Amino acid sequence: MTAGGGHQVRLRVNGVTREAQVEPRATLAELLRTDLGLTGTHVGCEHGVCGVCTVVVDGRATRSCLMLAVQADGTEVTTVEGLTGVDGDLHPIQEAFAAEHGLQCGYCTPGILMALHALLAEDPGAGEDEIREVLGGQLCRCTGYQSILRSALCAAADVRAAAAEGER
Amino acid sequence: MKPASFDYAAPGSVAEAVALLDHPDRETTVLAGGQSLLPMMAMRLARPELVVDLGRIPDLAGISERDGALVFGAMTTKGAVERSELVRRRQPLLHAATRLIGHPQIRSRGTVGGSMAHADPAAEYPAVALVTDGWMRARGPRGERTIPAADFFVAALTTALAEDELLVEVGIPVLPVGTGWAFTELARRHGDFAMAGTALTVRLDPEGCFSDVRVVVFGVGSAPARVTAAEEVLRGERPGPALHRRAGDVVRDAIRNPLADIHASGDYRRHLAGVLTERGLADGVARATTRTDVS
Ligand SMILES: Cc1cc2nc3c(=O)[nH]c(=O)nc-3n(C[C@H](O)[C@H](O)[C@H](O)COP(=O)(O)OP(=O)(O)OC[C@H]3O[C@@H](n4cnc5c(N)ncnc54)[C@H](O)[C@@H]3O)c2cc1C
Ligand code: FES
Ligand code: FES
Repeated sequence: MTAGGGHQVRLRVNGVTREAQVEPRATLAELLRTDLGLTGTHVGCEHGVCGVCTVVVDGRATRSCLMLAVQADGTEVTTVEGLTGVDGDLHPIQEAFAAEHGLQCGYCTPGILMALHALLAEDPGAGEDEIREVLGGQLCRCTGYQSILRSALCAAADVRAAAAEGER
Repeated sequence: MKPASFDYAAPGSVAEAVALLDHPDRETTVLAGGQSLLPMMAMRLARPELVVDLGRIPDLAGISERDGALVFGAMTTKGAVERSELVRRRQPLLHAATRLIGHPQIRSRGTVGGSMAHADPAAEYPAVALVTDGWMRARGPRGERTIPAADFFVAALTTALAEDELLVEVGIPVLPVGTGWAFTELARRHGDFAMAGTALTVRLDPEGCFSDVRVVVFGVGSAPARVTAAEEVLRGERPGPALHRRAGDVVRDAIRNPLADIHASGDYRRHLAGVLTERGLADGVARATTRTDVS
């Protein structure tokens, strides 16, 4: 419990157990980016408003700038790097964003993908209302959101189709 | 935008947490969901020396029904409240208010206890606690006590909790069958803190007149407030647009020192509170039934 002293944390990130020594004030975003080298998770406002740092923690979309690394000890985290398959195949959500031009500069994209991933994993039947609500918590400075919404609706349809395929 | 250094403790029980708080010479802060505290620490508006994380205490989260109230462990997340079938059925006003708090990405970690203890003037939960006659259960070095919501919210970011007390439970009475309700607010963007809002409950007598009505406004003053003057105007009267407008006017006049910032002037907030009262009354009456055989 020493100031600035190292706390050992152990968590699963994208299916792999990772360990690190962190200061109490380090956020999960910092742990992911600096200690674990997973820079796909972006950081913008660092106070919860913009959403670019959103990752999935124990199945729920979470601001990684508003969670201390020590709080993440023992959790299961998925970042944008974990969306892509081992062979580099894009996830259906990523495919949809590419197909429907859901990004311009791409700075906001990792957070948006992860927020949608959490939504669609919990509720593959999520419709436009649910999608709009989630997107309401993610800022984009480029697209004007219409292409993001289109991409998200397309992603939802693909995820639903994949789920139906899996059930067969 | 990084918090200053601090020490960190994650006690395994409420007793241990209370013991950690019991050091007047050390600036100690409790960490719940972190969705208000961590932004304040990032902006260095808060610089605690010790952060006591409640996240590792078992049994501090959960929803149950007890003595006519829904009881929430302080660490119950708003996401859990939102998903709770029990809440949706027994306390639809709370369910509706929950969906107006930030975004799903914030509700996943933000807690019920955190919203009450933080006491933002524009927060939804304190208004719900006040309009439903809810209560807070606190534990400190001198034992436990129950604080009615009416005595809990003292001013902006100020509650009746002592420095060394922990909020452990929040009780929100269930909404009796037949009681109408409304929760209205206006924010600049979906998920933002409201510029003004109202929480109402409405009961009608067999003739269809207001028998019991409670009006709470929030986001306009330093803490949510009941407006009994408006309730008196309504009681015994038949609902209708003219009466609801009169009640809205009374609410507007009752607000003495409205908050003002770059988003909304005091006069605008006062105006909104009146309009939202009017709208809320229409919603509340529509949801109320005149059945008196059920409770
Ligand atoms: C982008 C964004 C939008 C938001 N929008 C809204 C909104 O529209 N409406 C709204 O109401 N809120 C909003 N919030 C705030 C959010 O609801 C917070 O979760 C809530 O205010 C605090 O709960 P918490 O669990 O996160 O507490 P924390 O941030 O961990 O703590 C907040 C304060 O309460 C104290 N505290 C917490 N738990 C206890 C306890 N059990 N006993 C004693 N003290 C305790 C802490 O010491 C701290 O001072 C928003 C936040 C963000 C980041
Ligand atoms: S960096 Fe986390 S929400 Fe903006
Ligand atoms: S694509 Fe540039 S911020 Fe969204």
